[in-house]
This record gives sequence, structure tokens and C-alpha cells, in this order.
Amino acid sequence: MASPGVTAGAGLPLRARRRRVGEDVVKGALALCALISVATTVGIVVALFVPAFEFFQEISVVDFLTGRNWSPLFEPAHFGVLPLIGGSLLVTTLAALVAIPLGLGSAIYLSEYAGERARGVLKPALELLAGVPTVVFGYFALTFMTPLLRRIGIDVEIFNALSAGLVMGVMLIPTVASLSEDSMGSVPRDLRDGAYALGSTRVQVATRIVVPAAASGIIASFVLGISRAIGETMIVLIAAGQQPNLTLDPRQAIETMTAFIAATGAGDVPTGSLEYKTIFAVGATLFVMTLAMNVVSIRLVRRYREVYE
Amino acid sequence: MSRALKGGVFKALLLLSLAVGFVMLGALLVDVFRDGLPYVDWMLLSNPPSSSPLDAGARPAILATLYIAGLLLLLAVPVGVGTAIYLEEYASKTRWYNRLLEVNIQNLAAVPSIVYGILGLAFLVRGAGLGRVLLAGALILTLLVLPTVIIAAREAIRAVPDSIRQGGYALGATQWQVVSRQVLPAAIPGIATGSILALSRAIGETAPLIMIGAVTYIAFDPTLLGPFTALPIQIYSWVGLPAEEFKFLAAAAIVVLLGILLVMNALAIWLRNHYRRSW
Repeated sequence: MASPGVTAGAGLPLRARRRRVGEDVVKGALALCALISVATTVGIVVALFVPAFEFFQEISVVDFLTGRNWSPLFEPAHFGVLPLIGGSLLVTTLAALVAIPLGLGSAIYLSEYAGERARGVLKPALELLAGVPTVVFGYFALTFMTPLLRRIGIDVEIFNALSAGLVMGVMLIPTVASLSEDSMGSVPRDLRDGAYALGSTRVQVATRIVVPAAASGIIASFVLGISRAIGETMIVLIAAGQQPNLTLDPRQAIETMTAFIAATGAGDVPTGSLEYKTIFAVGATLFVMTLAMNVVSIRLVRRYREVYE
Repeated sequence: MSRALKGGVFKALLLLSLAVGFVMLGALLVDVFRDGLPYVDWMLLSNPPSSSPLDAGARPAILATLYIAGLLLLLAVPVGVGTAIYLEEYASKTRWYNRLLEVNIQNLAAVPSIVYGILGLAFLVRGAGLGRVLLAGALILTLLVLPTVIIAAREAIRAVPDSIRQGGYALGATQWQVVSRQVLPAAIPGIATGSILALSRAIGETAPLIMIGAVTYIAFDPTLLGPFTALPIQIYSWVGLPAEEFKFLAAAAIVVLLGILLVMNALAIWLRNHYRRSW
């Protein structure tokens, strides 16, 4: 901290000048902290796209994006990424089918039906789900959901897209609910009161006034949830298998982009080899997909904030 | 009457959707504790992993997770708070580069964690030749958790009313004097709460650590520049082993991990309630 002689009195020009230098140093140090975030982004882009570019000099982009056969580590190697994208989309669709209706339902209840005290308890309790590490959800999918599905007569393989997708959907309920509830909370009371004054029921106010008025935030929560589902790794790595498989049947084992990256990255493929570069080609594909969705979701959130706040 | 019925059905559906989340959370906890609790004993905490489930423990993994938590506290919190101070107190909102910085941080917060794993693999493990060491894991988790710390710290700083700053300036204080002696002390409870919650999320992160630490048997205590395993990696590698007993060990390790997270979250909530201040 400051030396004892320095007080708030600002009389001497010499002292004043010395202090301004100190202020600039502090500001510079703080800006340097901020630059680390920029460097991270640059680092991610360079780390992904430089090796990915080298990869695409050996394998054509068209073959990569349209090939239906993914077997980079075996001879003869095939580099069609569709099975991995298909695996990711299959699990994501299942997760969205769970998380979107349940998350929206939870949000409407919390925002329009629950009292102040009930909301104070229910909301943090629901967010506990978001605090559970994903490796734990993976364990749950493998040791609880898959046996449960078999017991109720759904003939799933040990590793399957269905239980991974269902558990991932449950994990994403708080993501969808909390952002949706925020945007419903910022819909002005006047709109609700006006509708009640015209004789609307609570259902009508919720479904025809509040949800449409909060639509941009609600859609943002869906997009964010879907982007998280595509980027999620541990649940699919543990419970959905590591078997590239272009299928629509959720009972089968599949492999997602993220699971491929994790499994290959953890292995000992030699640096600079074509196998090593596949990690980055798939990573770049994943990054572009999630980035596009995140940009859309951030835009939508900004829009509802601009309208109501 | 049919209106009332419709209202009742709708409300029941909403309650049902909320209930699914809670039921699944309950089922998860029952599943994990039923499998794992009998295996949580002194051996789990003090033994290294072993090929025999009877005397396998998670000591190196637990220690490494605690080391990583300490490193995150040392690395992520100062940098995150520094960035938050810059954005809230110094940056002019109309400059393009400051707005870019903000959008950048929002985007980073949503980048999948596995992508941070790729970054670590490319630059730290292979590029810088660090190898699969604990420090590389801690550095990558630092970058991963930074946006969350920044966002939490900004909210805490923003909650300090402007009248406090203006009072400081009126008495002739410089900007940094106002920030360091008035704004920061007032914002510390909020910053601490947000940072602990962010750290507790990072500690459960598995995907980037698998890329950096790989899944290997580490039978010795971790060092900063040595190979390591962490609690989430240990859980993952036990889940993948064929023998049934290892599944129970994985559940036991999950109980330990959840215990650590519970302590951190309880601390965060206590801090928030104890130091809550209304202006």
C-alpha cells in the first residue's frame, strides 16, 4: 500500500506526478489481465485451425464433410466425419427433447405460479443439478439409466445414445430453466395485468402473453442448451460408446465428436501425424458449430435486455 | 368449469416437469451413495490406486485435486478480479476494443471444455514440451474458469453504489485509491462467493484433464511438474474397468468428490449470507 507520508492532500506537483505514474502502472497491469482472455481466444483459434489446415491439405474438405466412414486409426483409414457429427446430433436431439419441454415447464412454474418463498427454495435446489460434475452424470447414465431402460423393455446396447441423451437432457434442465425464467421475469407486470383485466385465465396469461413476450430469451436458452449438449464430453464418452456409427437408432452405441477428441487426445498418437491432426480437424468442426450457436444466443439475450430493461 | 380444469391440468404439467429434475437428482444421489458409501473408508483416502480393487485407493488423485484447487485460487482469482476491475472501473464502454473484450469473454464462457483440452494438448503438453504434468492441467483449468470468475467479480463490483466512489473522489483520492480501499473491500464477499462457485465447477471438470493428464495409473503423490491423475480422471478410469468392484470404487470416489464440492458450496453460501450487505 501507500507509504506513510502520502496523504490525500494534493498540493505538490512533484508528488502528484509521481502518483499518476503509479496509477498508469496499475491500469496497465489490469489491462494485461484482460489481455489474457484475448490471448486465450487467439490461442484456441491458432491451436485448432493451424493443424486443421494442415489436415485439410492431405484430406479434402469435401471428403471429410461428406464421408460416411470414420476410421482414422485403422488401415485403410477413412476420414468421413458424418458418423461423428451424426452421433453428436443424435444425442443432442434426445437431450433437447428432454431439456426443452421440462426446462420451459419449470421456468413457467417458477416465474408465474410459485410464490416468493417457494421460488427461493426451488430455484437454487434445481441449480444443484447444474453443479453435479459431468463425469458423475456419465456414471449415472451407465449404471442407472441403461439398466433401467432394459428393465422397462427397451432393448439397448450396453453403450447407447439413448441413456446418454436422456441423462444429458436432465443435466440441461437448469440451463434452459434459469435463462428462460430470467427473461420471463423481465416481462413488465403491466402486460400481465392488462390481460387479466380483459378476463384472461392464468394459463392464457402464461402461454399467450408472457411466453411470447419473453420469446427471445427463451429461444436463447434453447440454443445455449443445444450448444452445451453438442460440446458435452463425459456423459457420451462413458455411456454412449466409442463406436463411429451413422444411425438414427438411439439404442445403438455411437461416437460423438467430443468423445473422439477425448479418447484420441488421451492416447499416445505421435505429434504431427495425420492421426494427431484429426483431433484438430474434428475440434475445429465442433468449435465452429458451438460458436455459431453461442453467438446467436448472446444476440438474443441482448435483445430481450434491450427491450425490457 | 372446463376453464378451471384446463388451468389445473396445465399447473399439474408444470409441476411434473419441475419434479422430473428433482426426482432424477434424488435417483442420482441414491445410486451413487448406495454403490459407493460402503467403499468410502480410510483405505480409499490413503492408498494409491492398484490393480486389485481390494486395496485400491485414490490418495494421489485426491491430493492432485486439492493442489489444482489451490493453484486455481492463486492463478484464476487474481487475474479474473483484475480483468473485472479493468472492465468495470477503467474501461470506457464506447471504445471498440473494450466492447470486443466483453463479447470475447461471453463467448469464451460458452466454449466447450474439451476445446480447452485441445488448447492444452497443443500448446502446453506438446508445444511447450511440458508433458502431461499437473501444472499444465492447472493452467488450462485456469483459462477455462477465468470467464466465470470475471463475470462473477464484475457483478460484485457493479453492486457497489457509485456514491461510495464519488465520496472517495470528493476527498481527493486517486482512482486506484478509491478502487483498492473502497470498492474492492466492499465487493470482496461477492467476489469470494462467485470465485468459490467457479472453482468448484472447475474441480469437477474432467474432459480437458483427460486430454492433458491422460488416463494412467499414478501410484505416487503428485508434484507440480510430475505426471498426475485427479479425482475426476480417477473416476473415469475406474468406471471404464471391466471388474464390477471398480464401479463401486468409482462411486466411492464420486462420494469424495461430491463431498469436496459440498464443502466449497457451503462455504460460498455461508460467505454470501454472513457478509450480505444492502446499500
